[in-house]
Amino acid sequence: MSTHATDTLNAPPAQGFYLTSEHHPENGTMLGFWIYLMSDCLVFAVLFAMYAVLGRNYAAGPGPRALFELPTVLLNTSMLLLSSITYGFAMLEMARNRTGATLAWLAITGCFGAAFVGLELTEFAHFIHEGAGPQRSAFLSSFFTLVGTHGLHVTFGIIWLVTLMVQVTKHGLIPENRRRLSCLSLFWHFLDVVWIGVFTFVYLMGMLR
Amino acid sequence: MQQQSELIHFIFGRLTWDAIPFHVPILVYTFIVVAILGAALLGTITWMGKWGYLWREWFTSIDHKKIGIMYIVLGIIMMLRGFSDAIMMRLQQAMAFGGSMGYLPPEHYDQIFTAHGVIMIFFVAMPLVVGLMNFVMPLQIGARDVAFPFLNNFSFWMTVAGAILVMISLFVGEFARTGWLAYPPLSGIAYSPDAGVDYYIWSLQIAGIGTLLSGVNMVVTIIKMRAPGMTLMKMPIFTWTALCTNVLIVAAFPVLTAVLVLLSLDRYVGTNFFTNDFGGNAMMYVNLIWIWGHPEVYILILPVFGVYSEVVSTFSGKSLFGYTSMVYATVVITILSYLVWLHHFFTMGSGASVNSFFGITTMIISIPTGAKMFNWLFTMYRGRVDFDVPMLWTMGFMFTFIIGGMTGVLLAVPPADFELHNSLFLVAHFHNVIIGGVLFGLFAGINYWFPKAIGFRLDPFWGKVSFWFWLSGFWFAFMPLYVLGLMGVTRRLSHFDDPSLQIWFQIAAFGAALIFLGILAFLVQIFVSIRRRESLRDHSGDIWGGRTLEWSTSSPPPDYNFAFTPLVHDLDAWADMKRRGYQRPLQGFIPIHMPKNTGAGVILAGLSMICGFAMIWHIWWLAIAAFAGVIGGVIIHTFNYHRDFHLSADEVARVEGERSRLLAQQS
Repeated sequence: MSTHATDTLNAPPAQGFYLTSEHHPENGTMLGFWIYLMSDCLVFAVLFAMYAVLGRNYAAGPGPRALFELPTVLLNTSMLLLSSITYGFAMLEMARNRTGATLAWLAITGCFGAAFVGLELTEFAHFIHEGAGPQRSAFLSSFFTLVGTHGLHVTFGIIWLVTLMVQVTKHGLIPENRRRLSCLSLFWHFLDVVWIGVFTFVYLMGMLR
Repeated sequence: MQQQSELIHFIFGRLTWDAIPFHVPILVYTFIVVAILGAALLGTITWMGKWGYLWREWFTSIDHKKIGIMYIVLGIIMMLRGFSDAIMMRLQQAMAFGGSMGYLPPEHYDQIFTAHGVIMIFFVAMPLVVGLMNFVMPLQIGARDVAFPFLNNFSFWMTVAGAILVMISLFVGEFARTGWLAYPPLSGIAYSPDAGVDYYIWSLQIAGIGTLLSGVNMVVTIIKMRAPGMTLMKMPIFTWTALCTNVLIVAAFPVLTAVLVLLSLDRYVGTNFFTNDFGGNAMMYVNLIWIWGHPEVYILILPVFGVYSEVVSTFSGKSLFGYTSMVYATVVITILSYLVWLHHFFTMGSGASVNSFFGITTMIISIPTGAKMFNWLFTMYRGRVDFDVPMLWTMGFMFTFIIGGMTGVLLAVPPADFELHNSLFLVAHFHNVIIGGVLFGLFAGINYWFPKAIGFRLDPFWGKVSFWFWLSGFWFAFMPLYVLGLMGVTRRLSHFDDPSLQIWFQIAAFGAALIFLGILAFLVQIFVSIRRRESLRDHSGDIWGGRTLEWSTSSPPPDYNFAFTPLVHDLDAWADMKRRGYQRPLQGFIPIHMPKNTGAGVILAGLSMICGFAMIWHIWWLAIAAFAGVIGGVIIHTFNYHRDFHLSADEVARVEGERSRLLAQQS
């Protein structure tokens, strides 16, 4: 359907030299944001590669089994996964044009996100307290950087989310704000996908070593 | 007393008066000259009262044409700096034999070759290539601007911020002494504790973010904003190469960003990614930086392949031979560029199988590149070739680049590479492809599109003088390096013992002097062209008898590019329109939707630069404040919902009427 519509738009009249009306190319923000996300994905790819190569270089320091506590990580992971679901609810409410409900779900999402970051920071503090800081070994350097970069992304996501809540409160669900909420939605789910990679490759497989 | 020094340390970090190189006479003289010239320039602008004009019409402009021109100005200015470094090295190597140590101490020489490489790639070639794409591509696809005009302005200023940081390193502190890719462990904190590597990291990081965002912007522009009827296989070839290059930028620059972050963490936080101890692995850095670095050289060369294609077809008076094969060749090079990075360090010891794989993929790249070369030759074949300046550069490229391509295939053979690795043969090879390929193409492009951008053409006589000095200078400067490299001379040496080598370095220095004359002639060319602009002016908008849409509008194009969006029916859309008897529309104009200018890009990039400078000198409070400023600035910017306006139909009619008047005057 939409392909067909684009085709008719692209097929020019047989002899015409120019459009006599204003040309409105499709807005490219979503495509642009997708491309940005894929470039961000490459940043994570580099960090995963570093972890894959250096992740067993303990330098006589502690390894994953000695450090990781799976129950905490499970709680942490569920916070992030729940936040993704609640963001989905916010988008559904946006589609129904209900500003208040959208804001409420966004707020809940933000709280889950903050809980995730808080738990992660507690975990980091615990490791550092035990003498397993990022300087201890190449394994810990790559662990802290990979997990920390993800956490930093979530933190920026929360700042962005709060900004958008203010803007939605101020201007309502206008097209610009809908587009921005969709971009943040992509960003948020993307971080979820990355976290599933972190959870699997760093924590679960780390415990199997 | 103790408290006071702690306070000073808090305020200024590790920045002290010792960081200013008063004891190095060359730098003091350079600083005096730069200060006098800079003061003269700023004074002139102030005296002429042009600051408001510059700010309103240029610095805050989101017009892709003006941003493109500013990129090119940046590239030309930085080329003067990068070339000063080059000629200093040539002089040193021609002098420093046996008892003579030359005039540069080793630690200064090391900074010079590092700065030369960094500046020439990141702040000369990149701005010139990105500038050409910025200016030309939206015009070629019949668009009014790029997809994200504000982002475009921001990207430009981030590149400028990076360039300024490199320039500051000349007079405050020092630059890296590590070579242009800053391999650890040498670039780690243990062996490079001073600020040099930090200048390197932050200038590249800031400029790299600009480049990445610009890449996203251009890809979306090409995918979404082509004029109706312009299917992918009707896109001008330069736009195709721009698409491939920007895909490469988006897929390569994040790797640079990540690897520089890791190096920064090693230096600032004390992590062990690339250190010798605690399980670090320096070869990971070398792998990752070349996973960015090899695509980077294709990022530079692909758009200029596009330039050559446009120039050859225009100046041969026929359509490009083998358009389809040209597109496929470009796409194949794009893909292959990701599969060859290891050829930069065959000597790592990855074993015969791995080296063979990367050697073979490298050699395969010569096939699509060779196809391109034949397409250009067949385009000229039986064409009516006009030997104007852009065409001269193109032909000079064909002669020169072939040699660089062949030595490249030679270096792709791992056993040969084991001999030639790190030698002057390699230095000659990559200068052969970057000067003979990228730079010649940029000069061809600048000469070709200058009349479109400014409204008058560049003086052909001085253009030819510049071309011949560059061409002969290149051959004199780099062929001796091939010879020396085959004899086993390694790169980056500031002193030699064997006097029999000296003659080759003297020939190379002579070549550098010729190139200096070429650069001088280029500057004279610009100056003379401005003086004689009335006799060089072109009102037709189509000075060369071009074939693509940018030649269908006026020179310089109006802010809105096209009064009406063109409809595309054929490859070489403008040639097709001329063939079918196109008449310029004179009435029925409609209001045009345009983005507004904004100063946000300058401010955000300025804050990023301050943040980078503070990080370099460990001025933590300032770094935190500037970073918070950047985040806050971005947030404030998003609260601005009124970013565009409508240019009235009357205004469009006025601009178009003015053009009609000039056209009538010319005929």
